[in-house]
Amino acid sequence: MPTISREEAAHLARLARLELAPDELDHLAGQLDAIAGYVARVSEVAAEDIPPTSHPLPLTNVFRDDELKPGLEAQAGLAAAPEAEDGRFRVPRILGEEA
Amino acid sequence: MTDLTRLTAAELAATVASGESSAVEVTQAHLDRIAAVDTAVHAFLHVEADGALAAAKAVDERRARGEPLSPLAGVPLALKDVFTTADMPTTCGSKILDGWRPPYDATVTRLLREAGIVILGKTNLDEFAMGSSTENSAFGPTHNPWDLGRIPGGSGGGSSAALASYQAALAIGTDTGGSIRQPAAVTGTVGVKPTYGGVSRYGLVACASSLDQGGPCARTVLDAALLHEVIAGHDPMDATSIDRPVPAVVAAARRGAGGDLAGLRIGIVREFAGEGYQAGVLARFRGAVELLDELGAEVAEVSCPSFTYGLPAYYLILPSEVSSNLARFDGMRYGLRVGDEGARSAEEVMSLTRGKGFGAEAKRRIMLGTYALSSGYYEAYYGQAQKVRTLISRDFERAFQTVDVLVSPTTPTTAFPIGERADDPLAMYMADLCTIPSNLAGNAAASFPCGLADEDGLPVGLQVMAPVLADDRLYLVGAALEHAVVERWGGPLLSRAPELEVVA
Repeated sequence: MPTISREEAAHLARLARLELAPDELDHLAGQLDAIAGYVARVSEVAAEDIPPTSHPLPLTNVFRDDELKPGLEAQAGLAAAPEAEDGRFRVPRILGEEA
Repeated sequence: MTDLTRLTAAELAATVASGESSAVEVTQAHLDRIAAVDTAVHAFLHVEADGALAAAKAVDERRARGEPLSPLAGVPLALKDVFTTADMPTTCGSKILDGWRPPYDATVTRLLREAGIVILGKTNLDEFAMGSSTENSAFGPTHNPWDLGRIPGGSGGGSSAALASYQAALAIGTDTGGSIRQPAAVTGTVGVKPTYGGVSRYGLVACASSLDQGGPCARTVLDAALLHEVIAGHDPMDATSIDRPVPAVVAAARRGAGGDLAGLRIGIVREFAGEGYQAGVLARFRGAVELLDELGAEVAEVSCPSFTYGLPAYYLILPSEVSSNLARFDGMRYGLRVGDEGARSAEEVMSLTRGKGFGAEAKRRIMLGTYALSSGYYEAYYGQAQKVRTLISRDFERAFQTVDVLVSPTTPTTAFPIGERADDPLAMYMADLCTIPSNLAGNAAASFPCGLADEDGLPVGLQVMAPVLADDRLYLVGAALEHAVVERWGGPLLSRAPELEVVA
């Protein structure tokens, strides 16, 4: 079974946009490796011809009636924003230095 | 004078309806109790005294005008801090949402208000409902009223502790892998996970969307049933909400209280015993089964072989959904933002915000989910776990062909000491071993108090599992068991809990 090395844990943290301190990464990497080893037990089950279940109740095509309903007002939506400007969310620059 | 905080929700509603006590008096009594004991218990993250008293006053005014009151009008409730409330903060136990005021009420919140139930405040939980001890809250742990050095279960430890310390007569929990049932078991209270889709998830901040289910918590089976009928039902705002009548849970609780289970077929899950189970838990479990047998039920052993793979499958499916759901906390539209000093890019600010805002368990699960969903591992992990999920549903279907309900201990041990498993994730995960199958299959399940373990004198819970949309059977069995144990002990299990020291 594959194991989660410190390097792989660092890669996962980058993918998940989690800035981790070096000691935090050391600690989590060891724990993730142990958990991954445990959950790999699912591979013991012979299930080649078993269909997967993604959802406990098989509901499909759930639509509501096409009626106009009031939604969230812009002001209410912006009320909890870390930063807002001119009725919009103010965010840090999107492009990196190299762009 | 009667101590209003010791009454059941049904009794409190009757008191308010008859005018013997006003809803304001009932609410004030609970606010006083919170002030007296919650410094030690820490069940609440936020107490909304003015709002609660205003809601109570509105109930009293409706009564004064002669308007009909709903069956739980004027009863105080503790709401798990994972449901949105427009007039209170909603933190999910996380620094990333510290102080967040949502712009809308969850459907559950709205239904509670419409029923005249008085929301006292928001209760503590493991961060984003991930954990089995409430130690993962960014705002400090909750303490078990039976022994303040022990955990009250999790993730809904604030709700279970509020009930067990008489700070509220009712509470709301959410159950993704056992977060209603396990806290109920370790605090000697009642907790029900309805059939998936039975209670709306609109405004419930998502942990794992295909598993999350809100449900009622109470000190008695009838109280839980009354609350179940308030919060359950179809909601067009939740695409997974079931558009069918709510099972007749109150009628079932009243029928069960008669103590007659003649003809009911009960199956004991063979796989949930043995190594890792505390002797006192197994002894009380067997005692409860004997009681049910004496009440007329037919008891048989049933094998559900795939259940033992529930825990590993769950810890692939849940983190996968978590890593996706928690991606919304990016510091852009609400919540915490860290490091936005002009020079940093949005991506760097996101990473800093999430690194500072999430606790250790959230980070573990986000990274594990990211791993399980990566290309190369997807089929072996997530795909295989979904197949195990099918096998677990089939085990349930097969079992329910021969029995009406299944039973097991709710959790393998009684409440463990705070700190014992805090940094040992696998040991912590074991607490949900018996509760997880019903989340994966979506069927209804509950925990009811069934005694105290001999070795430590702490509460033990009996888990009852029923088929999809047969939630009423849980209440039938739970009420019959409650009737039998109250008769045997001369009072509810909770009356054996030590009295908490009261701060004047």
